[in-house]
Parts: sequence; structure tokens; C-alpha cells
Amino acid sequence: MSVLPYLVAVWIFLVGAHGLATSRNLIHAVGCLAVCQSGTYVLLLAVGYREGATAPVYADLEPGSRPVVDPVVQALALTDVVVGATVTALLLALVMQIAKRHGTVDPDELSELRG
Amino acid sequence: MKHLLPLVVAVPLLGAALLVAGGRRLPRVVAETVGCAVAAGTAALALLLLANSSPPMVEWVGGWTPENGRSVGIVLVGDGPGLGLAALASLLTVAALAYSWHYFDEPPRRHTGSFPALVLLFQAGMCGFAVAGDLFNAFVFFELMSVVAYALTGHRVEEAKAVQGALTFGVVTSLGAYAMLMGIALLYARTGELAMAHIGRGLDRHGGPDALVLAAFVLVLTGLLVKAAAVPFHFWLPDAHAVAPTPVCMLLSGVMVELGAYGVWRVHDSVFSGPGGVPEADLERVLVVLGSLTAVIGAVMCWYQRHVKRLLAYSTVAHTGLFLVGIGILTPQADDGIALYVLGHAGVKAALFACTGILLDRYGTVDEHALYGRARELRGVAVLFLVGALALGGLPPFGTALGKAVTEEAVGGPLTVLYVAVSAITAGAVLRVAARVFLGLGPQPGETPSPAYETTGAGEEPETRHRLGRVPGTMTAVPALLLAGALAVGVTPGFAAGVSRAVNEAGSGGAVTPAHWTPPGVLLGLVSTALAAGLATLAVTRPALLAEPGWAAPLRRLQSGHIGDYVAWTLLGTVLLGVLALPGVLGA
Amino acid sequence: MNRRVRLLMVLAGGAGLAALLVAACLDMPGFGGDRHPYGDRAVHESLARRTANTIASVNFDQRAFDTLGEMTILFGAVLGTVVLLRQTRDERRAAPRPEDVAPPVRRYALAVLPVAVLTGLYVIAHGQLSPGGGFQGGVVAATALHLLYLGADYRALERIRPVGLYEVGDALAASAYLVLGLAGVLAGTAFLANTLLPYGTFNTLTSGGTVPLLNAAIGMEVACAVVVLLARFLDQAVEIEEESGT
Repeated sequence: MSVLPYLVAVWIFLVGAHGLATSRNLIHAVGCLAVCQSGTYVLLLAVGYREGATAPVYADLEPGSRPVVDPVVQALALTDVVVGATVTALLLALVMQIAKRHGTVDPDELSELRG
Repeated sequence: MKHLLPLVVAVPLLGAALLVAGGRRLPRVVAETVGCAVAAGTAALALLLLANSSPPMVEWVGGWTPENGRSVGIVLVGDGPGLGLAALASLLTVAALAYSWHYFDEPPRRHTGSFPALVLLFQAGMCGFAVAGDLFNAFVFFELMSVVAYALTGHRVEEAKAVQGALTFGVVTSLGAYAMLMGIALLYARTGELAMAHIGRGLDRHGGPDALVLAAFVLVLTGLLVKAAAVPFHFWLPDAHAVAPTPVCMLLSGVMVELGAYGVWRVHDSVFSGPGGVPEADLERVLVVLGSLTAVIGAVMCWYQRHVKRLLAYSTVAHTGLFLVGIGILTPQADDGIALYVLGHAGVKAALFACTGILLDRYGTVDEHALYGRARELRGVAVLFLVGALALGGLPPFGTALGKAVTEEAVGGPLTVLYVAVSAITAGAVLRVAARVFLGLGPQPGETPSPAYETTGAGEEPETRHRLGRVPGTMTAVPALLLAGALAVGVTPGFAAGVSRAVNEAGSGGAVTPAHWTPPGVLLGLVSTALAAGLATLAVTRPALLAEPGWAAPLRRLQSGHIGDYVAWTLLGTVLLGVLALPGVLGA
Repeated sequence: MNRRVRLLMVLAGGAGLAALLVAACLDMPGFGGDRHPYGDRAVHESLARRTANTIASVNFDQRAFDTLGEMTILFGAVLGTVVLLRQTRDERRAAPRPEDVAPPVRRYALAVLPVAVLTGLYVIAHGQLSPGGGFQGGVVAATALHLLYLGADYRALERIRPVGLYEVGDALAASAYLVLGLAGVLAGTAFLANTLLPYGTFNTLTSGGTVPLLNAAIGMEVACAVVVLLARFLDQAVEIEEESGT
């Protein structure tokens, strides 16, 4: 019984947010956003873990012979991974266009939208 | 009937998939017609379901009806507010697609169907979020509408501002969504459930609220309030709305932002309203404080804009603040008022954006100063813009006025002043634009005195292929119909009573007098409209009198366009949410 | 706002949020606990419908509506990327240059390519039996094709990868998922109801009713979507140039 895995998830989320806020490069910033999201994977999987359990796949496992971890969070984490990958792709496409139109990917140098 | 509920998502998705599959061969006119037809079909379906939503429908997708109160499936809730918003989103989608008929410069090569397909996906996301009864499912559709919205916002990739605004939108909203997912994971850890109502019961079984409930509340609300653009999560909104193509602005301002506020209402109502959730006093404090701040900051920033689309975007921020205050009061009457207000506001705001789009496409600028007197020739558009401005200020008998009046009566006291002042200031700003741009009233605004730290709206590219010579019929018919819709919300006999009944059936219930016009309400509507007219007159005739004071400059500087700043504000915002909701949890 | 102020704000906000989240973690049920009511029900229902991989049952049967949304997010993101990374008026296409590849790299890539594609298809096909499924296998199959880019050059890849066909495949696979869902409504049960087909024999390829079909639709959708997505980014890197000349 421990809370360490949950704390790891919190740490990953916060460290990603810190990187995102202080980033000097938009590609790095999109990466930091993915780090934030990794925090949610760790939290979901940690929530679903069961002591001494195995994967919930019964291809070579007699039902009821061993405890299995929570399959629902695994499905949620899979959804989360797909969402994360697609958001990252779309944001990187936008960064690519920013690099073309503004000639920079440093957020400090983007000054079109103010006030 | 209830088995048709998932189709409000499936039909637009199927339409989008077929448009993409056939889009390489389809001529543009066919692709646009198919898009409109599918959106309209979905709207008809949503309206049909809405007509049958009393008592509210509950549908377990895949036929996973609960046994002994437990299910492994996903639940959809087809009640008045959910289906009403799905219908509103669908109708606005039809309006946006009709407005953009042959609108864009050139669709991407061999992808004629891509814009209507993206809009249909957006519609599916909004409808799915509106009818979601499962918290994780709500997150999925929240992400769907967000992802598509980023792409639509950045659609004009040749514009430096457009891609920057879209990225800001994407990063801030995604961060909020991931915070929401952390919150969902916490709730799952505590209750082992995902359906909202079951989570709520699970929390109640566990006892009074503790740090876990508080953290989950803060995280889930962060995601929803980022979408609703509440201060201090609002910075992305003006940047995104100012750069998105006009038909997309109509959808973003008209319904997507309001869906964030709806999410707050839904999540509180089904998850956190029990004894194991967040005490009512705390939710009220959170929403009234944040809502009031949002309304005031939105109104002030709205007044000091000259970029017309940004001005309208800030007015959306201000009105969302008012919606949050109304939801936060937690009385059935205020909920009724907000429902009517949202309906009226959607029509009015979308119509105003549509008129601004005409200016942009004809004159290549949306700068209030540069447009001075130039749009005198557009008589019809001028009338629409003026009517829209007055309706925004709450001129009876528009739906905005009815919603505002009902809410004002529910909130009472100083908050009534807030409602009157905010609608007067935002409508005053729009009237000022109308007076200068369409009527050429007052002295021509000078070029120099504007502070350097602002986005002027000059040098924008028209969204159509050529600058418009003659304004196409669809581009004026759409705002006219939208305003007629906003008027119908206020004057159709029995409509307000029907909305009240639907909202109360979905919420806490109980016998409530249906929303209706009252003499004080009409009076307050007239007062705010008159104030708006007065402010606009003063601003146009004596510009120096209402020039930007020194204290507004720091406020303007906060809107820096820097992603890092916005993320920092989001983090501070979560802390603010936590602090505001803390007393009840400590007391439990 | 300068960097210093921003850093202070982040530290203040981060510290406050950290305090809240750590307090929440201390209230969580202990790590590895035995109480997973939803999970236990999911396992029970999965076995009742003869789906060996419970996660596949959750994804394609019990919570198939989530997967619909998830698939649509991917579909929308790909469509968005196609729109965002289109060739604009001030850009032109240059023919990709042939590239020299070191012979060992070429041999290795060409040898591994069929194995990798086959692995992807295997992972898709056995989604309801063993770990993996449409999403995982689709990504493997799609990236496997790009070994041709590493092993030969961009022109070789373009020959076996007509992007237009993959776009159509992406859309048709998404439609197939929706049509399978609508079949439930037409049959009078419910959207995405897994009651149309027999559940088959436990632990065989055809077990699980509509699960293998939905899984296959997802596999095709993901494979096509990833190919299109990578094609758009590769186009930007290899083919599209600014007109002023770089």
C-alpha cells in the first residue's frame, strides 16, 4: 500500500506544465504538453492496478485462476494515447506553419496578437 | 425513440466520412450541398428528439441496460438542456455552412469536401458532448470538438495571425482537457464508476467531501472553464476568435464556449451536488466570483477594442461570465433564464460575426478606425448590425432580453447591476462600431493616439477569393434569419414556459413558475439598451471623454499572445478555484 | 510579461496545485487495492460474450461509443492536418531527389518490411484474443511501409503509397464502423449493440460477435490515417518549397 505511483503521475503532470510555460521553442512546448498527458496515463494505470494481478487477457489464462488488473483503465489509457498522438500531430502541423509565416518558433518573438 | 439518441453523433460523422471519401471527385457545389443537407438532417433529428424529451430519455449505447443498477456501458442523457444545445449547435452549423456557401478562396487541391467535413465533425463533437451522461465519454467528445476547432481556427494557413491563434487555442485547451482527465481518474479511483450519476452516488456513499473530491472538482472544472473562457482561463479566446474564419467564429462564439458553461452545470448537477460532493455555498462562491470577474474584464476589454472581431470575442467572454454567474446562483429560475439567454445570445452573436465577415470580405479590414464611414453603402447590413447590437444589449422583446430579465430577477441585488452594466457596455461598444462604420457619425478617429500594444485589425486578408463587390444573398440572409431566431425566442408564445419545464425536469425539479416577461424585466432591458446607446453616442461624439484610461493599459498587457503566460495563468487559475472551494471541504 | 514574472507565476501556481494534488493522493485508495467494481463487471461481461481479451471487449463492445469518438478524433486530426499542411499559393512542389542509401541499411529495411507489415496485420487480426488490436496493429502496419523511405528513397515510397487511396480507405473504414453501429439501430436493439452475430467459440478468431469486425475497421482506419498523416509531414520536409526559392 503506497501512494508513490500517484505522486509520480502528479510530478509528471506538473513538470510538463512548467516546461510548457517556460518553453523557448514551440516544438519543445508541444513536447511538454505530451509530457503533461503522460501524467494522465500513469495515473490511470496506477488507479487500475491490483496487487499480484496479471493482464486481463484470457487467451492462455483460466478465468478465475488469477486476479487481473482493471481492464477499464487500460481501455481509457489507450483512448488517451490516441487522443494525445493526434493532438500532438495537429499542433506540430500548426507549429510548422508558424515557422513558415513568422520565421521563428520562439514564443517570445510572436507578437501579432496583443491587447 | 431513445435508440435514436446516438444518431445525433453518428449522422454527421457518417456525412463527414462520405464527404472525405467522395471529396476527391465531387464538384464543390455538391460537397457543400451534402454538408448542408447532413447538418440540417441532424438538426431535424435533434429537434424531433427534443420534442420527445419529456420525461428525459436515458439511452445505454450498445444495449447495456443496467442490471441491479449496474452497467458496463456508456449512458447518454437526452433531456431538455442536452438536446436543446445539440439542436442549437446543429442549427448554427447549418447557418455557418449556408453562410460559407462558395465562400473560401480555394479549397485545398482535390479536397473540396474538407471544410464541410470538418464542420460536420465539429457538429458531431458538440452534439456528443451535449448528450453525454458518462464523464469519460464527455471528455472524448470534448476532445473531438477541440481538435476539430483547432484545425478550423487555423484554416487560413497563409495568415500569420491565424496559425498563432490556433496554436494558442490548441495548447491551452489541451492542457485544460488533460487536467480534466486527471480529475476523472481521481473520481474513478474513489468510486470505480464512470457514468456521472453513478460517480455522484459513489461519492455520497463515501461520506463528506475531502481533498480528493476537492482536487477532482478543481481539475474537472479547469477543463470546462478553459472551454468556457472564464477568467483567468480566457486568454485563448480573443486570440482564436479574432483569427478564425467567420463561419467558424459563429460556431465558436455562438455555442462552443457556452457548452463549457453547460458542462459545469451538468457535472455539478450529476456528480458534485450530493452530500459527498462540493457544498452548494462553495460552488456558488466559485462561479459567482469567477463569473463576475469574467464579465467585468470581458466588458472592459471589449470596450477598448478597435479590431471588430476581437471586440465581439471579448463580448462573448463577458456574456459567458454572466452565464456562469447565473448557473452559480443555483436556483431553477436562474437556470431557466440562462437557458433562454444562451439561445438568444447564440443567434445575436452569430449574426454580428456574420455581418463583420461581410465587412472583412468587402474592405479587407476589420479595424473600426480604418472602416470609418466606408460601409455607408451597405444599408441592409447596417440594419442587421444595429439590430444585433441592440439585441445584445437586451432590447425587449429579443430572447436575450427575456433571458437577461429572468436571470436578473433570480440573482437580485448588486448582481442585477452587473447584468445591466455588462450588457450595456458590450452593446455600447458594438453600437459605437455601427455608428462609425455604417453611419460615419462623429469625427474621424485619428491614427496616432492608439497605444502600440494592441491588435488593430488592419491588414487582414479577405476570406473570399476576391473582395466582394456585391454581397451574396446567403451572407445577408443568414444573419437576418439568426436575428429572427433570437427574436422568436423572446416572442413565441409558450416557448419560454417550455424551456423552463425542460430545464427543471432535467435539474433539481420541483414546481416552478415558468419564465415569462415581467414589467421590471422589460424596464431593465430598456435601461441597459438606453445606457448602451448613451455610451455609444458619447464615445462617437466626444472620443476624448471615454479615451482609454491609464488603468486599462496593464489589463491590456496581460493579453500578451504568449503561450507561456497563458499556461501560467491556467495554473494560477486552478489554485484560485481550489482556494475558493476550500472552505466547504475544510468544514465538512 | 517578462520571463522572471512568468516563472514566479508558474512556481506559485504549480506549488498550489501540487499541494492540492498531493493531498488528494493521500486520500486515494492504496495502490494495488482490490476494489475495482467496474473492472470486475467488465471481465464478467467479456467472458459472457466469449471475448478472450477483456480490453478488446471494453473497447469494441462495452464502451464502443468511446472508441467511435476516439476514431473520429484521429480522423478529424488527419483531415485537419491535410488542410493545415496544404500546398499554399506561394509554394511549389519540387521533385524529390534520389538518395543514396548504405547497402546494409537497404538490405535490412527491405528484409524487415514484409515481416513488419505482416506483424501489423497479425496484431490487428488477433485483437480480441491477445494484447493488441486495431489501434496498435494499424500503427505498426502503417509505419512498416515507411521502411521503404529509409531503405530506398522517397520516390520508392510514393510508388507504393498513393495517398489519395489511403484517404478514401480512411474514410471508408470510419464509415464501416458507423454502419456496423447503425445496423444495431436498424435491427431494433441499440446503436453499436453486439447482438447481431453469434458469439462463436471462446478464444478463436471469429469469437466475440461484432468485436472482430469493429476491430478490423479500426485497424484499417488507423493504418490509413497514419499513412496520410506521415505523408503530409514528409511532403513538407521533402517536396514542398517556398516559391522565392530556398
